[in-house]
Amino acid sequence: MATYTPRQERHPNTLRREHREWLLFALFIGPNLFLFAVFTYWPLLYNIYLSMVRWDFLRPTMTFVGLQNYIDAFSDWRFWNIIWQTATFTICSVGLTLILGLLLALLLNQPLRYRNTARAIVFSPVVMSGAVVAVVWSYIFDPRYGLIDQLLGFIGLDSPNWLADPFWAMPAVIIVYVWKNLGYAVVIYLAGLQNIPRELYDAARVDGAGAWERFWNVTLPGLSPVAFFLSVTSVLTCFQAFDIIRVLTNGGPADATTTLIFHLYELGFVSYDAGKAGVVAIVLFLIMLFLTIVQIRYIERQVTYG
Amino acid sequence: MATINELEQAIKPVVVRRRHIPLSLLGWRIAGYLTLIVAVLIIGLPVYWTVMASFKETREIYSLPVTWWPAKPTFNNFSAAWEAAPFGRYYLNSFITTFFGAGIEVILALFSAYALAYLRFPRKDLVFLLLLAALMVPTEITIVPNYLTIARLGWINTYQGIIIPGAAIAYGTFLLRQAFMAVPHEILEAARVDGAGHLRILFSVVAPITQPAIVTMALLSIVSKWNEFLWPLIVTNTTDMRTLPIGVFWLRNSEGLANWGVVMAGSLFLIVPVLITFLFAQRAIVEGMTAGAVKG
Repeated sequence: MATYTPRQERHPNTLRREHREWLLFALFIGPNLFLFAVFTYWPLLYNIYLSMVRWDFLRPTMTFVGLQNYIDAFSDWRFWNIIWQTATFTICSVGLTLILGLLLALLLNQPLRYRNTARAIVFSPVVMSGAVVAVVWSYIFDPRYGLIDQLLGFIGLDSPNWLADPFWAMPAVIIVYVWKNLGYAVVIYLAGLQNIPRELYDAARVDGAGAWERFWNVTLPGLSPVAFFLSVTSVLTCFQAFDIIRVLTNGGPADATTTLIFHLYELGFVSYDAGKAGVVAIVLFLIMLFLTIVQIRYIERQVTYG
Repeated sequence: MATINELEQAIKPVVVRRRHIPLSLLGWRIAGYLTLIVAVLIIGLPVYWTVMASFKETREIYSLPVTWWPAKPTFNNFSAAWEAAPFGRYYLNSFITTFFGAGIEVILALFSAYALAYLRFPRKDLVFLLLLAALMVPTEITIVPNYLTIARLGWINTYQGIIIPGAAIAYGTFLLRQAFMAVPHEILEAARVDGAGHLRILFSVVAPITQPAIVTMALLSIVSKWNEFLWPLIVTNTTDMRTLPIGVFWLRNSEGLANWGVVMAGSLFLIVPVLITFLFAQRAIVEGMTAGAVKG
């Protein structure tokens, strides 16, 4: 039987002090939460509402249309095409970043001279403005006077008209995106490599494992949590990639590089269709929420059973 | 070489393994350096190309074959860029929005992290969750409603219109909270016994101890505000309110194709300050960006 313990009488002073601390807590964290409420949570809810109206930002009243905007969007081949292009852009960018990043990290983990300088150079595009990186690359892609045309000339090839060609525009965007974000993957991999216990390598050596076997059986499994983290984060940042596309191709030519986030911008601020913009915002949010939840689940499992 | 081998043998006498012959080791080393050079070239060449073009004469940029070094280095592109667009004004706008944008973030993060780390509150876990959930809402999907809010406030094309919607901070709050939690209890206890209030404890005890974390967080904020593109693009509508990234973008739109040297010079106006910051604060920036991954 549980023993009954009388509730301790609190001294009135302690109580008042506790209340003062509550107030202080509210004062300290209040402004931050208020800004999130106004500029993050409210917009999220308001998007749901917008996605169910027809409105051009000018008329004083919005027409409620229910789910019609969603039906319109999903029965439009252009919308599916944009989803397909977002997937292409994301899968190619993330895949290239993960693979090239791993190779570069393995290389930069070797005891080579000037390793730190090389790491700094590889990371430097990460801190540059995406918009300006795209401006610089629009010169590099110049089919006549650009750097790429020059380099292709060395091996006797002619540069395609990257940004004006519906086939080459997407590869161009992916190249720039990977160039800019590769350094991030490299430093994350490097941190992951540092976390693999030395003893595992020593044990593998004792068992007679060669360099290749050690890589396959120690390094890769040891990096898998980091690689998982990277793949989810990279997918999320790909969904948010706006500046490079806006500057490099403006979604074109002929929609060839329009992704969901660019479509959202276009609907909201070029064609002034608030309802459709709301639909895209909600679709984008749901996809990203799903991915974040998958990631949290995975990390929880790691913590519990890992 | 021999001494290192001997040393290894001495440390791990039990391990018996075949030794690589030095020649193949040398081969690997050379291959490693070659790959490293190629990788660094791929990453570095575009920046090199930009710098070179900004010092070339227009005639040289548009003549074939392309040159790898300016024949007659000139500063003309820089002065031409400065005249083609109001870069002085862009700098001012970028400084103001970066300084206040990052400043507000740092202050909000300091107070929020202190509250989360040290102050009592019923259902503090819910407040924590509310902040955490904000990380899951990407700012990009809020642009239309936020534009409407800012328009209703009459803040379109103003500094507060650029700064305020992005001023709340979740990631930095968690970074600082982590650092605050690591401050030894005895130090806080001693300050409390001395009669220091929470503000005093925050600014003269906790902040000095956790200064590296605060600097890291501030640098991340500064870099992201300096580079911000989508929101300032939407919320400004006159030349004199544009920040540097928007300014360089419009410079490319007006001068690109016909005048790459000027556009590249304009790009450097924006890139160089960031690269200098990165040069001096590389470790702090990299650590801040990777903090979530390794511990998460």
